[in-house]
Amino acid sequence: MADLLLIVRLAGRRVALPAADVEGVVELEGITAAPRAAPHVAGLSALRSRVLTVIDGLASLEFGRAGAGGPLEAIVVPSGGHTYAILVEAVEDVVEAARTPVAVRAPVGAGWERVAAGMVEAGGDLLLLVDPHALIAGPPTARAA
Amino acid sequence: MDDLINDFLAETRDMLQALSGVIVAWEAEPSDRARLDEIFRFVHTVKGNCGFFDLPRLQQLSHAAEDVLADVRAGRRGADARLVSAVLAVIDRIGELVQALETGEALASEDDEQLISALGKAPAVPALDPEPPAPAPETKKAMRSIRLSVDLLDRMMNGVSDAVLARNELGRRLRDGDRDVALEAAFERLSGCIGEIRDAITRTRMQRIDSLFTALPRMVRDLSAELGKQVRLEVDGGDVELDREMLEMIRDPLTHIIRNAIDHGIEPAKERAAAGKDKAGRLRVAARQAGNQILIEVADDGRGIDGEALVRKAIAAGIVTAEKAETLSPQRRLALVFAPGLSTAGEVTAISGRGVGMDVVRANIERIGGVVDVDSRAGEGVRLVIRVPLTLTIIPALTVSAGGQIFAVPRSAIEEILRAGTGVAHVERVGESSVATIRGRRVPLADLCDLLGVAASDEGRKIVLLKPAGGDSYALAVDAVHDHEELVVKPAAPAVMAAGLYAGTTLADDGRPILLLDPSGMAGQAGFRFDEAEVAGRGDEAGAADAAARETSLLLFRGLDGGLRAVPVPVVERIEDVPAEAVRFSAGRLRVSLAERILPLAGCAEPPKEGKLRLLRLTDGAAEIAYGFAEVIDIRSLALELRPPPHPGELAGVALIDGLQVEVLDPHWLFAAHADAARPAGAPPVCALPEGDPWMDNMLRPLIESLGYRVVAAGEGVEADVLIACAEGEAPAGVAAGSVLRLRTRAEVDGENDNSIYRYDRGALVAALSRGEAKERADG
Repeated sequence: MADLLLIVRLAGRRVALPAADVEGVVELEGITAAPRAAPHVAGLSALRSRVLTVIDGLASLEFGRAGAGGPLEAIVVPSGGHTYAILVEAVEDVVEAARTPVAVRAPVGAGWERVAAGMVEAGGDLLLLVDPHALIAGPPTARAA
Repeated sequence: MDDLINDFLAETRDMLQALSGVIVAWEAEPSDRARLDEIFRFVHTVKGNCGFFDLPRLQQLSHAAEDVLADVRAGRRGADARLVSAVLAVIDRIGELVQALETGEALASEDDEQLISALGKAPAVPALDPEPPAPAPETKKAMRSIRLSVDLLDRMMNGVSDAVLARNELGRRLRDGDRDVALEAAFERLSGCIGEIRDAITRTRMQRIDSLFTALPRMVRDLSAELGKQVRLEVDGGDVELDREMLEMIRDPLTHIIRNAIDHGIEPAKERAAAGKDKAGRLRVAARQAGNQILIEVADDGRGIDGEALVRKAIAAGIVTAEKAETLSPQRRLALVFAPGLSTAGEVTAISGRGVGMDVVRANIERIGGVVDVDSRAGEGVRLVIRVPLTLTIIPALTVSAGGQIFAVPRSAIEEILRAGTGVAHVERVGESSVATIRGRRVPLADLCDLLGVAASDEGRKIVLLKPAGGDSYALAVDAVHDHEELVVKPAAPAVMAAGLYAGTTLADDGRPILLLDPSGMAGQAGFRFDEAEVAGRGDEAGAADAAARETSLLLFRGLDGGLRAVPVPVVERIEDVPAEAVRFSAGRLRVSLAERILPLAGCAEPPKEGKLRLLRLTDGAAEIAYGFAEVIDIRSLALELRPPPHPGELAGVALIDGLQVEVLDPHWLFAAHADAARPAGAPPVCALPEGDPWMDNMLRPLIESLGYRVVAAGEGVEADVLIACAEGEAPAGVAAGSVLRLRTRAEVDGENDNSIYRYDRGALVAALSRGEAKERADG
């Protein structure tokens, strides 16, 4: 059976995430700030009665911060016993991977390098496969903190 | 002991279940060595345990089966069908006995012998048919306990916590929308149900601390033997309950503290004798509940912590500078035992005090929201107090705000809440830091807004006085103080915890996430250290001590009659719910039965008709009484100005707290009026009774025991304070007695030298026995 991929728009690019890692897609109602937390943490939000730690996808790639206001599209990813919501610009679709991911042989660019798990063909396009857990872990400085 | 027996029975039942397949297989293939060994191990284990628990019937059966199986294993006997079925019959009987013990029923013992003789070589009954064991009669009581995995309990707890939050959200939406009385009534009912389920599940997670304490005697014995020291262990408060998970979390720190006490605290017998102490060291481990916290105290009477050596070591390790060390008060010096870096074993051998991994102990306890305090007197011993919250998941908290956002602070760390810029508390800038002076006591001040890096509001700021671990109080300035809430706290993600300020996350009633602040983490982030805190704290110690002396920590509660009352917290041992049936009007007063004791009940006019009754268990150190109440309101620390009542009674007076009249209980009067007279401390006096006299046993013995005597049977070599004898017969020989009390059966005196007492002259009996007791106490 082919792997399912979730296609999202992040930092202006279309990227793929393994759908198996993703619990769902939500529109967050609001974010409570978590002052002094790691820089890629946008804050906290609630999903039903669970607390979600909101990860700013842009900040995790060290591309700045997501703009305030507007709809807050996020994908829900459980990782390491906690549940995270990764902010993305848009969620597009769930598609079947045409074939297994392969390693990218060229540099994919600063920021992307750390979260890239390879490239994958889906729906006729070649997309960067992103590891959501690497997005959650954030830039190395945050991890060291 | 009961717990141990129950554990043993449950374990045996489990083993039997696991063994049932093996038994069947062995029956089919008696030469199967592996199966035989398994069954042998089972009866062997049962035999061993029975000896310990004094269960002679089980022991006899398992012993007989073990003997036969040993013969088979050694090849002395063949495992023929008759032998197999005889063994199986014995194992079935063991199962029946275990069940009978659990349900408390009697099981006829006649055919035990028959089963055992069936194991013998000669067939006792012609070819004992593999008669199936009589199926357990249907009428037997069902088992009242089952064993559950903690995982399942956790899932239930999480589910209920979620249900509580979902209920809160639903409630909020209902309030926002149009009113619908029928819908609201249904919601109220649902809400009540969820609350009850939460209470029940919280209780299932509670376990008596006994399960932690039962391992202590053995550990102390082994350790003291290993170190060649004599240690007398006293354990108290085993019936205090706390969260299972919490229990596991304090197991290691407690073990560590006790090991330290025996290793470094208690001196060898010779040294103790030289210091004029009892040869055997005393180690006291006690638990009690105080409000929402459990206090575990470990005290020894050893040599105490050598503060000087500790400071020298700390200077050498670079933890404090020599100049700073000069200014440390004794309390701060002791707190150095918790400093990391003083902890590696190699360094510690040079110190005569303690320090082995105490930083780890503190870290572990703080991780579960607890604190640990140390107190030591040179030559007199060390007292460590661990304070942990009742449960990990629901904690009482105070919500505060900073920069327009709500945060929660655990209630356990809060000493006091003050308004900034009033007479009580004023704040001064000292260089780049702030110091708050609160009633003559100076503490460093941190601003929550600065800590969080958010903009502060200017008006009406409040100061929360916090006391995290290690005794370093500090003040925290916040924009506003909101409310007390019971919060379901969950751990925060690592990227959030990295801030070093938070202890977890939770959801408010309106569904917004709230971060729970970590008081000791904030102190660390603010850069408060022992030494700095100390310099600031030295301001006016006398004034602080004075202020502290005038303050009383009070538990505010609502009585059953709806009245607002308060009782000093140290008097409250714990809070407990009992079913209404536990309360009875018996022997002239209201009493309540708890686990294994009966306590006098005050604060309650008549037994409750149904439901449950909440109790405060009050203690004066020796006696205990129960006090019925409706709900806990708060714990407050204040200097009381009491208006005394016109007549002495249950109330010491009325005080004004938060503008409300609160009746303050008078514990002295309560105990004088209600407590059962305390037994004299120490060993009770001993009274020897002649054996085999039914009148003595049935009529006299209860009277003697009610006077505080321990009754023993008179006989050769018995030592007693009082010996009872019949005036008509000979006194039992061989008893070394302080005095002999002769009782006669006739009412009239027999001759002038008759100093015996008529056996129904209660007054004279009581007087004579009280004299014996008084003599004993005077001697002692």
